[in-house]
Amino acid sequence: MTAFFVLIRRDLALSARQAADALVAVMFAVLVVVLFPFGIGPEADILSRISAGVVWVAALLAAMLSLDRLFQADHDDGSLEQLALGPLPLWALALAKATAHWLVTGLPLIVASPILAIMLQMPTAGLATLVLAMALGTPCFSLLGAIGAALVLGARRGGVLVAFLILPLAIPVLIFGAAATEAALTAQEAAPHLMLLGACLLASLALAPAAAAAGLRQALG
Amino acid sequence: MTGSLHRFANPARFQRLSQAVLPWFAGGTVIAFVIGLYLALFGSPPDYQQGETVRIMYVHVPAAWMALGAYTTMALASAVALIWRHRLADLVAQSAAPIGAGFTVIALATGMLWGQPMWGTFWVWDARLTSVLVLLFLYLGYIALINAFDDPERGARAGAILALVGWINVPIVKFSVDWWNTLHQPASISRFAKPALHPSIMTPLLVMAIAFMLLFATLLLLRVRTATVEQRLRTLAMARARS
Amino acid sequence: MNRLLEAEGLVGGRSGHTLFGPLDLALAAGGALRVTGGNGSGKSTLLRLLAGLLDPMSGVVRANAALRYLGHHDAVKPSFTVAENLIFWRRFNGSGSSASALAAVGLDRLAATPARYLSAGQRRRLALARTLDPAAPIWLLDEPTNGLDAASIAMLEAALARHRGAGGIAVVATHAAILLPEAQTLELGLT
Repeated sequence: MTAFFVLIRRDLALSARQAADALVAVMFAVLVVVLFPFGIGPEADILSRISAGVVWVAALLAAMLSLDRLFQADHDDGSLEQLALGPLPLWALALAKATAHWLVTGLPLIVASPILAIMLQMPTAGLATLVLAMALGTPCFSLLGAIGAALVLGARRGGVLVAFLILPLAIPVLIFGAAATEAALTAQEAAPHLMLLGACLLASLALAPAAAAAGLRQALG
Repeated sequence: MTGSLHRFANPARFQRLSQAVLPWFAGGTVIAFVIGLYLALFGSPPDYQQGETVRIMYVHVPAAWMALGAYTTMALASAVALIWRHRLADLVAQSAAPIGAGFTVIALATGMLWGQPMWGTFWVWDARLTSVLVLLFLYLGYIALINAFDDPERGARAGAILALVGWINVPIVKFSVDWWNTLHQPASISRFAKPALHPSIMTPLLVMAIAFMLLFATLLLLRVRTATVEQRLRTLAMARARS
Repeated sequence: MNRLLEAEGLVGGRSGHTLFGPLDLALAAGGALRVTGGNGSGKSTLLRLLAGLLDPMSGVVRANAALRYLGHHDAVKPSFTVAENLIFWRRFNGSGSSASALAAVGLDRLAATPARYLSAGQRRRLALARTLDPAAPIWLLDEPTNGLDAASIAMLEAALARHRGAGGIAVVATHAAILLPEAQTLELGLT
């Protein structure tokens, strides 16, 4: 158990040393959101109509952006095999790495999401639900991403490949997350969508570490 | 030495077996397609609502079924490959992927052709079409992954894990897309007509489904045979390089 | 006889091709094994099998105590200081203090230096400091002398002698002439 937290702390410390790298994901999400008014015009009602979807897509893309480094750096410098020989089973290793990834990219995205939504003229009625849904959805991105990041270890062109593998798998999270926010904006019940999002999170928690561990196993062998 | 003999034994037996059944599968495919296409094109009445367009369904629906069927085959073979380290299962999974992707493309293309007269546009974000589109991305991701490694065995194992993860995800994606569709779709747009279970429709549909299954089996056998030979050539070349 | 590390009928290979085996190994307290052989003979594969990073094509490996493995890569994070690198691994592995480990490889004066400023040989010494952990009786060293100068090799030999004296064992795969008294020898690639 100690090793689990020691590893998370190391990853956080490493990210802190390269804070610019860590913040790139959030900055990327901001940039994607800023592109939309340029693309479709600044009319408030159109922006407001698409705000929930755009914030979710931007968050998903930003989470994908940093995934290829999740295991790659440790794989390249030999740390991964040392970690694998340590006291943690591989699934716990994957879970610790995914947790650190979420703390570094997911958490800032959650914090940034209401600001992004406001930039897109989202009515304040939706903000609380947006943050709640992001809190349930972003860990799914990190967990699913851990599978992809483990699978592409040692592959050519790993970065684009991770996104290509994981984006289709993340569609349900995107649908339920955007639908929850949408429901709150149209004064409907957001709870069913949030529960489905929670179910996605539970399923990812249960299955993703094992799948990522299988990926790590093949990368080490 | 015993290890390499063991690896040769299995593919050799597979080559003999597949050689024996391949003509039957290929012949059956041709016969089923001849009967099925005749029934679909001439032997069944046009639909009272959709007119002659309904005949596209006889290709579209079996193709969509086999798109899912091929993915399931891939996932099952991947599970066998991961659990028992069976090399042939890896080849089955890898060989099934492009065929399945082909069926998916056929399902999408016929769906669009059907949509043009029915919806007045080639593409509507209909729940079924959208799910099939996501399935195509799953196939393409798998194919990209297995080809992204210099060591084919690494690609095979990574692909096997992805196929299983994807297979678990398919029903979840389907459910979420249905959910999304009911939220956003105005009810007036007509969906793909559920087969009315009238024999005049069911018979050609079933024959076509059998034809597509036989086609899948034939193509899969052919591809696995080719892959087995390729692999043996690689092994022999490596062995020669070593000696 | 208390065997710390044993292998029976071990067959190793890469990508479906047999490299060596079947071979049997047994190392009891104080023992050492020197693995030699040309490039591609399977030295690294054997060590990875013994460490449990790889699955054997057939046969079994039994490690009856904690082990440390030194691979080709040094597992050093350039943005961490020398001390931080070592402390992380010691904490992660749950082994005790690292106070003397840096001194043992002559890096104590560089403890507060970020590892990105280290030379290749110094990075290798840092990796050795991680691996030569008295808390683990089994040491598996793959080409430990890569990039090391004569003084560092002497220091490694001394550390190996101390470790074996305290009941530990070592498996060393190397091209170099490293002093390993009364060690078993295994030459791969002779078949």
